[in-house]
Amino acid sequence: MLTFILRRLLSSILVLFIVVCVTFLLARKMKGGPFDREKEPPPHVKVMLEKKYHLSGSVWAQLVAYLDQLVLEGNLGLSTKNKDRTVAEILGQKLPNSMQLGAVAFLIASLGGVAAGFVAAMKKDSALDVSSMFVALAAISIPTFITGPLCIAVFGLWLGWLPIGGFGSFDQIILPSICLALPFLAYVARLTRNSLLDVLSQNFMRTAKAKGLSQAGALSHHALKVAILPVVTYLGPMAAYVLTGSFVIENVFNISGVGGVFVNAIQNRDVFLLTGAVIIYSALIVFFNLIVDVLYTFLDKRINLHA
Amino acid sequence: MPEVATNRWSGSPPNGWQVLRRNCVAMIALVFVFAVAVFAIATPFCLSDATKKVGTETFLPPTWCKGGVSAHLLGTDANGRDLFYQLAIGAQVSLGVGLVGALVSLVIGGVYGMISGYAGGRVDGAMMRLVDILNSIPSLLLVMIFIAAFDDYFKDTLHDVQLWGQKHWLWLDKTAGGLMPYSRIFILVLSLGLMQWLTMARIVRGQVLVLRELAFVTAARSMGQRGWAILWKHLWPNLSTVVLTYLTLTIPSVILNESFLSFLGLGIADPAASWGSLLKDGAQVINPLDSKWWLLVFPATLMSASLLALNFLGDGLRDAFDPRSSD
Repeated sequence: MLTFILRRLLSSILVLFIVVCVTFLLARKMKGGPFDREKEPPPHVKVMLEKKYHLSGSVWAQLVAYLDQLVLEGNLGLSTKNKDRTVAEILGQKLPNSMQLGAVAFLIASLGGVAAGFVAAMKKDSALDVSSMFVALAAISIPTFITGPLCIAVFGLWLGWLPIGGFGSFDQIILPSICLALPFLAYVARLTRNSLLDVLSQNFMRTAKAKGLSQAGALSHHALKVAILPVVTYLGPMAAYVLTGSFVIENVFNISGVGGVFVNAIQNRDVFLLTGAVIIYSALIVFFNLIVDVLYTFLDKRINLHA
Repeated sequence: MPEVATNRWSGSPPNGWQVLRRNCVAMIALVFVFAVAVFAIATPFCLSDATKKVGTETFLPPTWCKGGVSAHLLGTDANGRDLFYQLAIGAQVSLGVGLVGALVSLVIGGVYGMISGYAGGRVDGAMMRLVDILNSIPSLLLVMIFIAAFDDYFKDTLHDVQLWGQKHWLWLDKTAGGLMPYSRIFILVLSLGLMQWLTMARIVRGQVLVLRELAFVTAARSMGQRGWAILWKHLWPNLSTVVLTYLTLTIPSVILNESFLSFLGLGIADPAASWGSLLKDGAQVINPLDSKWWLLVFPATLMSASLLALNFLGDGLRDAFDPRSSD
């Protein structure tokens, strides 16, 4: 077990390293440097600026300088657009909002999805099942920048139940996180339902029913343990989708999060801010995947790590 | 779940196409998708030039509302462009991006999956581990950076081609000039295809793992056929329906990702339009006092309905051809 975790940890670090290098190189390959403005700065100023930020010389030398700074000092560097603000400071300010939104949405999607899928599988082919699966497919199909404004119009303006702006208090988080969670909730629900129905047709389920367990009892005690596995596998990629999906939700609900920072950083060619944001997000997701992988080996007794 | 012949004397169980034809929802979805495609292709030919050209009257409401004119059925946008025409153009771009992006993912994922499944063993293990890794990084972030990085280079290349064409072949100059506003779409399609091939690779590999153990593959091998020939001549035809299914399911997700990028302002840019960019434009001018609802409602409805139809069609195909899979 320990060697498995250690091996995965090493490969995760390797993946992160590659992602960082690719991001940095792509960001430096973009046309237009971070110091180009509408009013072109004098050449010697630009040279000085590039020196200061270690952005002069060949791209590879720049990458090495950046990695050096990153690995040895854990320093994400300075933002080239926002003078004298460090990347860590900017991200430290914006990240909590994005993380809060993402985490709440992730919980809603995974728990709500499993619950909805469970109910649908229990009442297979009933009106409830058919209609909820139709709604689920609709939720997967409709982009969040349509459901977002729709929810604002209905729950915020028309019914007046929830606030439509601001972020921080509990009632302000509900609407954006539900909108963000909706497609993933639907996907998890479909996954759970289909996986449960697959398991239901297996022999051990017939045994469970033959010994007198009710449908709900058999489902929750025996089937769910096996049927949950595809859902657990999906949790890793879902974390990535939720975090990137929050870009749109932040835009729609006017939440100051990493999404806006990231898009602006691309447009301003803000190399360090861009790479910093990618590092943080990738690290979060890669290590979340590691946890899911480990969790999976505990859940699925059929996996043999030494094979 | 596939329908099984209920009467045991009714002959062989229905094949996939028959199952699909009995699936009412999937057939309605197919008709709808077809209708949207026809709308996208035919509308630009049917509308008069007066309607198509950029007018001076901005924010005209639809014809049946107060202040609407008959020339602009669904009203006009912030630049005085006819919304009906824009919807058709947007449909062309969105559906086109979806289809081509899905095809790119099919080529990459198909080849990758076939090699991985057929090679088996350590090669398979390593190749699938790579898929897992790629699945676990936030690839959409990298796609955004990729597009920003390569868009300008592609434009430069087109410029060079144009300059070269001016000297040698005039038609080349014209083609390159015509492609210029759409350069971003090419990069977009490419990068979205590059992002979407993982599922396809996994599905194809799973199928190949089963198929390669069958007798006809052994027979082909014993007759001295090489690996590539077996893959192409014997395995690929057997994969076609499964591939078609996942191709259909990839199209809506490519469209969704494209609209995501366009909404954030990193995808399709003016003068080209897609459903995502239309919705972005609509969202920018919306405010509670003077609602220009038609700029949001029509693109949103058309886009949602199309994606829903594509997903229903894909689901129907999956039920018909790949009933074992669960997601």
